[in-house]
Amino acid sequence: MSESAPPATPKPPASRERLQQARRRWLRTILLTGGVMGAALSGFLPLVYARTKRLRPPGALDEKDFLASCIKCGQCVQVCPVQAIKLADLVDGVAVGVPYIDAREQACDFSCDAVQCILACPTGALVYKKPAFLNVRKGAKLAAAPILKAKEKDPEPTLNLSERIGVARLTRPEACLAIQGKGFKGQVRGASFTARMRYMEVNRWKPIGISEHPYDLAECDLCVRECPVKGAISIETVFAPNGSKRKSPVVHEPCVGCGVCEMICPVEPTCIVIDAREVWNT
Amino acid sequence: MNAFLRRRFFDQIVVMFGREPKKPEAIAPEAQKIHLHKRGNRDLIAEKLHARAHAVHTHKWRKRRWATLIIVNLMFTFSFWFDIQILEGALTASRFVGFHLIDLNSALQVMLAHKHIIVNLVIGTATVFVLWLLLGGRTFCSWVCPYHLLAEGAEKIHLYLVKEKLLTDQNIDRRLRSLSWIVFAALAAGTGYTVFEAISPTGILSRALIYGPGLALLWVLALLVFEVFFSRRAWCRYACPIGLTYGVVGIFSPLRIKYTLDSCFHEGDCRKVCLVPHVLDTVIKGRAVATEIPIGPDCTRCGLCVDTCPTGSLSFDVKGLSKLL
Repeated sequence: MSESAPPATPKPPASRERLQQARRRWLRTILLTGGVMGAALSGFLPLVYARTKRLRPPGALDEKDFLASCIKCGQCVQVCPVQAIKLADLVDGVAVGVPYIDAREQACDFSCDAVQCILACPTGALVYKKPAFLNVRKGAKLAAAPILKAKEKDPEPTLNLSERIGVARLTRPEACLAIQGKGFKGQVRGASFTARMRYMEVNRWKPIGISEHPYDLAECDLCVRECPVKGAISIETVFAPNGSKRKSPVVHEPCVGCGVCEMICPVEPTCIVIDAREVWNT
Repeated sequence: MNAFLRRRFFDQIVVMFGREPKKPEAIAPEAQKIHLHKRGNRDLIAEKLHARAHAVHTHKWRKRRWATLIIVNLMFTFSFWFDIQILEGALTASRFVGFHLIDLNSALQVMLAHKHIIVNLVIGTATVFVLWLLLGGRTFCSWVCPYHLLAEGAEKIHLYLVKEKLLTDQNIDRRLRSLSWIVFAALAAGTGYTVFEAISPTGILSRALIYGPGLALLWVLALLVFEVFFSRRAWCRYACPIGLTYGVVGIFSPLRIKYTLDSCFHEGDCRKVCLVPHVLDTVIKGRAVATEIPIGPDCTRCGLCVDTCPTGSLSFDVKGLSKLL
């Protein structure tokens, strides 16, 4: 059917100029390869030098699996009613675009009731319950489904969450208002604080600004009062280091690590923090 | 397999993976007849000059493409900003009125890194696969990818600097893109981190448009500077594995650019505007093996060649549809 092309003539030997051009092209190719690979691999540096552990959204897999499975689309960011979830920037290296929660600025208060970020996740980086092949770290699993104080009177008061994302820890007891027996009056963390939270007595479905909800407490118990999970933290009478008795917030096993206590603590810097990805040690 | 099919399904694919196009070994007799007719034909030269003088240059396809690209990306942005929930997520993964859509290259990276695939991931990936199978594979690059639009701007500056003889385009070995595809797939599988996703300008830009700018844009800026001052469209041409992933989808796509040998004057305007001029190798005088040739899978279906061709020898075509109509 087809005509054959004229017989191929033997290739003339390449000129010096040609060879030089080819060599330069190779160098440029290596340059671009090096640039792209260098940029890509430099993404591992923040992993190696990581100083702070990021608090991941509820239901996040263990860090390594989480980074592997997150597709960096931010759908979890979009569904969060209090916009607690942020996406990491370049300084997080390979974790750029991966969601995290800065609890002090805006914690997850579960005001969506259903952990919608998990529902939104398309890749299973956030899960209600881990698939069988993934290991559950000891102490990460919650003894029982957490009961949301806000839903306590509902027929189904529990939160669909099987593992904690961290544990709260009292880091500066000496500054804690509850321990000092001091009260708190006014706006928590000032008028300019933009964080939002759900107040059941105000509106179940619409979180409001914390600055719009001033307090007047004879004895500060904000971390206990505003903790969304039942039985996660309480004010107990404990022995101080000098043997005397005093009141203090005490964290219990149901703590899921949501970070509301860290956000609501009126002392600067905060007295209570979330140890991200920490497990419950009895 | 006849020579034509081999050229369509083998040569064009190999060229996509980085080999330089070769001269054809065999040419269909009808095409050969046209080639001979064109050789040294003075009437044709006159006709060519006439056509050139009267050619009307429109930017029809470019306008449509830019509008589409901007609208798609703004749909993501507005869905979040105004909570209208039409297209939630970013280009890497999203939900269109509730239906999962997942970028093929991102899905691949996640599957290789995590080694576990959930149902939503499969649904989203399959939907997007079918979508781009119908729409032409790399159509994603030129009609959706926000980096493409920025790179087109950078390309304009680059071409101006070249015209003013301030610099020359430094071309790079196209096999690099296949290499980067393999390396990033291997890195994902080997390290368990989606390494490419961290430097993908598509993902970075898409997230910046929706969730606000960040330092990661510096990397995008570095790429654009490289393209302006060093190598024309370097990222899309030589490095981006997303392009190759969608290119593979495009192999089977019925939507492509069709080249008609008969009306072509072989002036090469199309090759000058093309992001991937190796796909237009067939328009060089004497290279077309048939009278009508579908352009290869590496073509981004951007339509710049269609706009620029003074004789209408390049046009959008849907395989089978033109026969039906």
